[in-house]
Amino acid sequence: MKSVIAEALVKTYDKGNVKALDNLNLDVEEGTVLGVLGPNGAGKTTTVRILSTLLRPDSGRATVAGIDVIKNPDKVREIIGLSGQYAAVDEILTGYDNLVMFGQLYHLGKKQSIARANELLERFSLTDAAKRPIKNYSGGMRRRLDLAASLIVKPKVLFLDEPTTGLDPRGRQEMWGVIQELVKGGVTLLLTTQYLEEADQLADEIAVIDTGKVIARGTSDALKKQVGGERLEVVVDQQHVAKTVEIVSAVSGHAATVDEGLRLIMAPVSTGSAALVEVLRSLDNAGIHALDIGLKRPSLDDVFLALTGHVAEEHKEEEPVLTGRGRKAKK
Amino acid sequence: MSAVTDTYIITRRQLQLLTRVPEVLIFSTIQPIMFVLLFRYVFGGSIQTGQPGGYVQLLMPGIFVQTVAFTLAGTASGLAEDMKKGLIDRFRSLPISQSALVVGRTLGDSLLNIVVLTAMGLTGLLVGWRPSSGIGHVLLGFLFLLGFGYALSWIGAFVGLSAKDFRVVQNVSFLVTFPLTFLSNAFAPTTGMPRVLQYFAEWNPVSTMVAACRELFGLENQFGATAGSFPSEHPLVTSLFYMVLIMAIFVPLSLRKYRKAAG
Repeated sequence: MKSVIAEALVKTYDKGNVKALDNLNLDVEEGTVLGVLGPNGAGKTTTVRILSTLLRPDSGRATVAGIDVIKNPDKVREIIGLSGQYAAVDEILTGYDNLVMFGQLYHLGKKQSIARANELLERFSLTDAAKRPIKNYSGGMRRRLDLAASLIVKPKVLFLDEPTTGLDPRGRQEMWGVIQELVKGGVTLLLTTQYLEEADQLADEIAVIDTGKVIARGTSDALKKQVGGERLEVVVDQQHVAKTVEIVSAVSGHAATVDEGLRLIMAPVSTGSAALVEVLRSLDNAGIHALDIGLKRPSLDDVFLALTGHVAEEHKEEEPVLTGRGRKAKK
Repeated sequence: MSAVTDTYIITRRQLQLLTRVPEVLIFSTIQPIMFVLLFRYVFGGSIQTGQPGGYVQLLMPGIFVQTVAFTLAGTASGLAEDMKKGLIDRFRSLPISQSALVVGRTLGDSLLNIVVLTAMGLTGLLVGWRPSSGIGHVLLGFLFLLGFGYALSWIGAFVGLSAKDFRVVQNVSFLVTFPLTFLSNAFAPTTGMPRVLQYFAEWNPVSTMVAACRELFGLENQFGATAGSFPSEHPLVTSLFYMVLIMAIFVPLSLRKYRKAAG
C-alpha cells in the first residue's frame, strides 16, 4: 500500500514567476524509505511542506496514509512527524521542557508527556543534556532533539527535510545512526537530501528531482549503475603517470582517464576497497609511491551529470523565506 | 476545549521563557521604571501643571500607556523569532488548534504587562504619584491598560508574522510606537503642537487612553486637546471603541497570516 501519494503537484511563487513544483509525482510504499535527492531550489522543501500540510499547492493532489492533505489537514497532522532543516525547537527552553511541551500539545497528558520525553531523551543519547537550554547544544544534538520532537506520538509517516545539512561529519554519522534505527522499526519515511551518499545509506528508493520534477527514480544500486558507481583516483609523480595508468586500467577493466596537470589518474571500479588494495599493491611492486589515493563515491553532481547532462544548479529562488541557522551547505 | 488547553500550554511556555532568561523580565521592568524616574525628575521640575501633587500625577498615566504600547514590539519580535527558527512550522504541523500559538503569545505578553505595570505603579507611589479615585477606579484603569496592551499585541502579531526579515520587525514596531506615544497628550500638552498634529493627537488612541486613565485615577485631563471634541469628552468610550476596532481588524488578519505563514 502507498503511504504517501503526490500527484501532479504544482506550486508557484512570486505570482507565478517562479515555478517551485512543476507537475511533481511521488509515492512512498508503506514501511519504506524514499530519499528525495536534489540540489537547493529543486523543490524538495516545497514538496515536504505540501505533504505536511504547511503549504497548499496551486494544483494537484496529495494523500498521506490515505488522507487528503488539502481537504483534511487536521487529520493528517495527527499521524505525521516533521523535522525540518531548522531544528525547530525552542532555544531557550531545555531539551526536556521542549519535549514535555510538545507532548502536551499532542494531548498526551502531563504524566505521559514526561514519560515519553524521558524515553526519547534516553533513546537519542540526550539524557545528560536534558536539563540544559537548547542554545548550548551542538548542531547534531539540536537535530536529534528536533527528530525526537517529531516522534512523540509514533507517527505513521515521518518527513525529514535535509536532516544532516549543516552538520559536521561526526554529527552526520550520529544522525544517520539514529535514522537507521528508526527505519529498522518500520516507519514510513520521506527524506530529502543533497547528498547521494546519504540517500544511499538511508533510503530504499531514491527519487531525483530537478526544477520541480522527478527526473529519475529507482534503488540506489540502479541509480549508481546509471551514474557509474565508485571511482578510484590516484595521484603520482610525473614520471610514473604512464605506468600507473596501466595498473589502474588493468584493475578497473576500463581505460583510466588522466588529468595531466594534477597528475591524477581516475577509473571507475566496482569492487570498492578491494580494488584500492589491488592498485596499491601493484604500485608498490612497481616501486611507485602514490602521493594520494582514494575511492570517490559519485556525488550529486555526478548523478546530475549522468541524468541531465548538466551539473546540479542551485536555483536562486529557494523555497519560502525562513533564513537563519541550519544554513544550507554550499557545495 | 482542546483549543483552551493548547493556548494554556503556549502561554505557559512563555512564562517558562521568563524564568529561564530572567534578564528579559528584569529589563522589561527596569526600562519603564527608568522612564518614570527620568520624566519625573527631568521634566517634572520645569513643566508647570497647576495640578495638586505636580507633574507626576499627569505623567503616570502617560507612561503607563506608553509602556503597554510597547507590547506591540514585544509580540512582533517574539513571533518573528519563532518564524525565523522554524518553530512556527513545527507548531503548524501539530494537531493543535491553529490559533493557539498566536493567542498564547498575546496572552503571555499581557501577563508580562501585569508584572511591569505593578512595578511601575509601586515606583510611581514612591516618587509621589497619588491616585485620588479609590482602589476600584484605579484597578479599572489598570484593566483598561491591559486591554489596550492586548489589542496592540495583535497588531504586533500581524507585523511579526508578516515580516520577511526578523531585523525589520523591531524597526517597524518602533516606527509605529514612537510617533503614536509622542504625538499625544502623554507627556506634554497638545496645545503647543501645530494645528494638524493637534487633530492627530486628539484622535490618537494613545491620547484617549491616557485621558481615560487620568479620569479613572481621579485627575482632570489637563494635557487634553480641544474642549468639546468627542475623544476629549468621552475618553473611556473612545478608548474602548479603539480596542474593539483594533481587535476586530487584527485578530482575523493575524490568524489568517499564521495559517498561511511562510507560504
